[in-house]
Amino acid sequence: MSVPSPGSGGSVFRTVLGDADIDRALTRIAHEIIEANKGSEDLVLLGIPRRGYPLAQRLAAKIARTDPAADPERMVGRLDVTMFRDDLRRHPTRPPGPTRLPPAGIDNKVVVLVDDVLYSGRTIRAALDAIVDIGRPRIVRLAVLVDRGHRELPIRADHVGKNLPTSSAEKVRVRISEVDAVDEVVIEGPA
Amino acid sequence: MKHLLSTDGLTAADAIRILDTAEEMAVVGEREVKKLPALRGRTVVNLFFEDSTRTRISFEAAAKRLSADVINFAAKGSSVSKGESLKDTAQTLEAMSADAVVIRHWASGAPARLAASDWIDAAVINAGDGTHEHPTQALLDAFTLRRHWSRIAGRTSLGEDLSGLRIAIVGDVLHSRVARSNLWLLTTLGAEVTLVAPPTLLPVGIESWPCKVSFDLDEVLATHPSAIMMLRVQGERMNAAFFPSTREYARTWGFDDERLAALEASPAKDTIIMHPGPMNRGLEISSAAADSSRSTVLDQVRNGVSVRMAVLYLLLSGDDSAQPTPAQEARV
Repeated sequence: MSVPSPGSGGSVFRTVLGDADIDRALTRIAHEIIEANKGSEDLVLLGIPRRGYPLAQRLAAKIARTDPAADPERMVGRLDVTMFRDDLRRHPTRPPGPTRLPPAGIDNKVVVLVDDVLYSGRTIRAALDAIVDIGRPRIVRLAVLVDRGHRELPIRADHVGKNLPTSSAEKVRVRISEVDAVDEVVIEGPA
Repeated sequence: MKHLLSTDGLTAADAIRILDTAEEMAVVGEREVKKLPALRGRTVVNLFFEDSTRTRISFEAAAKRLSADVINFAAKGSSVSKGESLKDTAQTLEAMSADAVVIRHWASGAPARLAASDWIDAAVINAGDGTHEHPTQALLDAFTLRRHWSRIAGRTSLGEDLSGLRIAIVGDVLHSRVARSNLWLLTTLGAEVTLVAPPTLLPVGIESWPCKVSFDLDEVLATHPSAIMMLRVQGERMNAAFFPSTREYARTWGFDDERLAALEASPAKDTIIMHPGPMNRGLEISSAAADSSRSTVLDQVRNGVSVRMAVLYLLLSGDDSAQPTPAQEARV
């Protein structure tokens, strides 16, 4: 953990996870997923854009390293939940992103939803609705890099990289090199 | 963007946003559950003062796939035939709290009148007005073109425009709102458009349009355009003799069997033949051409649903109430 540094607009940034921490957390989650599933058979990792998708790809690569039978390319998909959100009418229009499923689909598979931050749980609620419309998985699990609490729905994660107790006045920024050119988790709070 | 009234003035970025959204909607159309909850609880009114098959059912399917409630309103059999004005009809719809009005009208500018008035607060989507514009048709044509040519080039179509494509729009340009909407949209997206028509079926002032004009279809076909868009001869709007006979029109301006054979023999193997429908088979397009593997007529219908889903979604799903509309101001 680093020293709080003052940011613009009087807010303070605190880095809580660096790139090595993120990598270790993902390695552990990958092992947990294999353990819970007793192997990589029937496993599908669905990343929620934007940052959940690269995280799902990294998890798949780590799973493939442990279990050579797994093909990371055919294991990962991306699930856009924009059109399933319950707050569509409260925000300006957002264009939907792509939803791409693995070639074998998700019917009777073990689907692991992957996202960067678990907060209110509303994104995951939307994702569960989206899944119902595209198939019927045998099991749906949830893996997140950061769980920051403040749930508004009865939803919990099966695999958590790091539990971060935060106040709702703070913002948790997850930066992933595929999207943001750097790997880190930062808490931005009022000074 | 609150309304979709014309493609004239639509920016390339907005057009590409609609086409990209339509691409995702098309994926939904291939699923077992072809439905999204995005517009649940919203009401879309199809207000048709002029006959239509494709456009009306396409808008209806699009709205239903987004879970909106749909009210179909045809002028025939309604109080419009008793002389009710557009204003009173609109205010009736407002009282029923319609969120979007899809309007087709025989008068050019009727949708713009509706959008500019304080009669109704809903989003207005032009589904064809007189000889003015038919923006969703142009968008679905652009979508069909983009998909076809990106597939040939082996690229994904997301984010692409139409630069490098050469499109020939052939036939009754004078009465065609499809030709006008396509011309504005396709040139905005970077395509090069050539209008081919008998001089009697070209509007006055065509010199100022951003396109080439030709009177010789065979000459244009010899340049191997990327797509040939045949327009319907709009007999119902013709109040004078624009060409000597239908047979002569078919020979000179129609895409007949001879032209199809010439195209098949040419190196332009990926050129597509488009038609917005309904077709006058044997007049502007021969049956062989309409049913050939180059014809995209049915793809256009299929893509129409995706494009209209995208338009409805982008206009209705968000909350853009930052600027109050005239109707809201009027109520204060």
